[in-house]
Amino acid sequence: MRPTPAAPPARRRREGLRALLWLSPWLIGFAVFFVYPLAATVYFSFHRYDLFTLEFVGLDNYRYLLTDDRALTSIGNTLWLVVFMVPAQLLFALGVAWLVTRLKAGAGFFRTVFYLPSLIPTVAGTVAFVFLLNPATGPMNQFLELFGIAGPDWFGDKDWAKPSLTLLGMWGTGNTMVIFLAALLDVPKHLYEAAALDGAGAWRRFRSVTLPTISPVLLFSAVTGVIYALQYFTQAMIAARVASGSTDSPGSSFTPGYPEMSTLTLPQWLFQMGFRDFSMGYACVLALLLFAASMLLTLVLLRRFRGLEEVS
Amino acid sequence: MNRRFLTLATAAVAAAALTACTAGDRSAPALGSQPKPSGSAAAALPAATIELWHGFSADSEVKAFEDAVAGFRKKFPQITVKLTKGVQDDQITQAVRGGTAPDVAASFTTDNVAQWCRSGVFQDLTPVIAQDGVDLSVLPAAARSYTEFEGRRCTLPMLADAYGLYYNKALMKGEQPPKTLSELTALAKKLTVRDADGNIEVAGFIPSVQYYENSPSHLGPMVGARWYNEDGTSAIGSDPAWKKLLTWQKELIDWYGYDKLDRFRKGLGDEWGAEHPFHEGKVAMAVDGEWRNAMITGDAPDLDYGTAPVPVADDRPELYGSGFTAGTVIGVPKGAGHPQHAWELVKHLTTDTGSLVTLSNALRNVPTTRAAMDSPDLKKDANFQTFLDIFNHPKTSTLPPNVNSVFNQEALTTFLVEWEKGSVKDLDAGLAGVDKRINDKHTLSGG
Repeated sequence: MRPTPAAPPARRRREGLRALLWLSPWLIGFAVFFVYPLAATVYFSFHRYDLFTLEFVGLDNYRYLLTDDRALTSIGNTLWLVVFMVPAQLLFALGVAWLVTRLKAGAGFFRTVFYLPSLIPTVAGTVAFVFLLNPATGPMNQFLELFGIAGPDWFGDKDWAKPSLTLLGMWGTGNTMVIFLAALLDVPKHLYEAAALDGAGAWRRFRSVTLPTISPVLLFSAVTGVIYALQYFTQAMIAARVASGSTDSPGSSFTPGYPEMSTLTLPQWLFQMGFRDFSMGYACVLALLLFAASMLLTLVLLRRFRGLEEVS
Repeated sequence: MNRRFLTLATAAVAAAALTACTAGDRSAPALGSQPKPSGSAAAALPAATIELWHGFSADSEVKAFEDAVAGFRKKFPQITVKLTKGVQDDQITQAVRGGTAPDVAASFTTDNVAQWCRSGVFQDLTPVIAQDGVDLSVLPAAARSYTEFEGRRCTLPMLADAYGLYYNKALMKGEQPPKTLSELTALAKKLTVRDADGNIEVAGFIPSVQYYENSPSHLGPMVGARWYNEDGTSAIGSDPAWKKLLTWQKELIDWYGYDKLDRFRKGLGDEWGAEHPFHEGKVAMAVDGEWRNAMITGDAPDLDYGTAPVPVADDRPELYGSGFTAGTVIGVPKGAGHPQHAWELVKHLTTDTGSLVTLSNALRNVPTTRAAMDSPDLKKDANFQTFLDIFNHPKTSTLPPNVNSVFNQEALTTFLVEWEKGSVKDLDAGLAGVDKRINDKHTLSGG
């Protein structure tokens, strides 16, 4: 058999250009919305940049990161949310979805009820939550007092503020719940029957049938959940502002993190440094750190879930 | 081909990055480069439409601003002024960056004045002030101080806020307002009412910096505390006045019991609503701005109250009568389309007695010039007069402009929250830590 002759160089070049032409919308978008901002962020990170004037300062912004205790606090808080809030949200959403699949009647009603919180605007939901958990006037602590329990100062105590935000996050997991519900209903019934015939109990069926089958959905939710947690901003800002009593001071410069910087997240500190303190060069260092953390955590998750899929 | 593509792409990204650095550099006439009216020849300015951004948003506030501008329209009928309400500082900065700056912009806070002056977001008014012979000595020193930075006067004060002590006459039981911190402590204890479990029902005075207007910048003048050294570094750790203030404050908090006071504070109504604890008789004495007078008139007209200067350190009696002041600032942003017209409007709003009196009567803020304060048209009673006197007091101080103003205030406030709670064992070391944070940021910002 005669080997296929290689395409002439002119034809190959034409094909290459055509491929580039078809790819160009994506390439342009990628260059404008990803490469350029990333390059600009790296560039500005070596400068003192107050949004108007630019001065090269070498590694000064990176050195400052090592002494900036607020940045370290915000990184710690953000990691806390990744480690505790994301799994709590996923487990809660999975649990609720599983319960809804078990309902014989009224599944549609409960599905709607559990989904509703995610339709409430973030700011309104957060304000309502803080009022609900107000230690002096909120109904939650008054309810707990009926049983002789002195409720905590939910959003006002530095040890309780992040768990309170986690509760708020769990309450609003309607979207994830619906995705999990669809995935759970998609697990082939015959797999459960086969497992049951083999003597598998409920836990074993969940671990060996349900979990591997829904793992792509879990992976998607985990990755988006982690990225969401890394970008956590609005709820922490609103909760801190309302709980601190600084509700609407015109023109005032509210600093996030109340109480005692326990709710200060990395995106908040980045915003504070860049747009409130005009230290945009340093804010770029924080942005690069956030980008690196997102990439790293996503890669770790992909690797972990690949193992789960292989089991499947 | 690949190499050529890469080269082109790199060049494009580099070019884009470099052009991004010139944000806000669009050419627009600078102040002084346009024709100006000589003396009273207002008609010398050509017809134009100029835009003014301000932060007021309530209907009554917006109307007051319109009324104040009406005088300008009469003086310059060929100039149309478009007002945009509810604008925050971020929007002003971004507009200047984006080349869409208004001709005139006003801000409620002085926090960004230093940065705006240094980076040129607002144009230096010094040449036109000299050109027009505007006499700035009609402004108190503090008001002159919070509107300039590093020799650049990029804003002027339009209205001011002064802070004093409000006291509920019914709760005072015939006592006179305190003049020293010792008297304040004694009276606060005397006027505090607790239930059988020791929970606070009425607080004589809440010393916590977490209570509404009790920020360190507002309380500092009670002891004459300094924020910065001459070179811009922090003076908080080295000025004994801060230690004196914090020690006094902590002792009173401990008398209440931090947890009891914290619980009481968190159950209080909104600072900006009708259920403010002072309106409701839950707090006997409180540090607040002059605008509280208007809020009491609106929300609690039957409240029998008085006002006085804030109490001062026992060993600094000369400070009595002074207090903290800051206020609304106004200027001409970089890139303003009609800077000379804009300057005329700024000059009118900041120096015209009729305009200042109109604004003060409507908004119940302190007018900034001596002539406006002395005007027979200015509505004032004894309670409002207190704040005029505080504003005029030679020892009245402000937060010195600093490019890290917000950061520095936050650094101290966050520390004070820990201090109040009792988490800080060594006050000197804690204040030195505050100094370090401020000084590190000072270096990052270029000194």
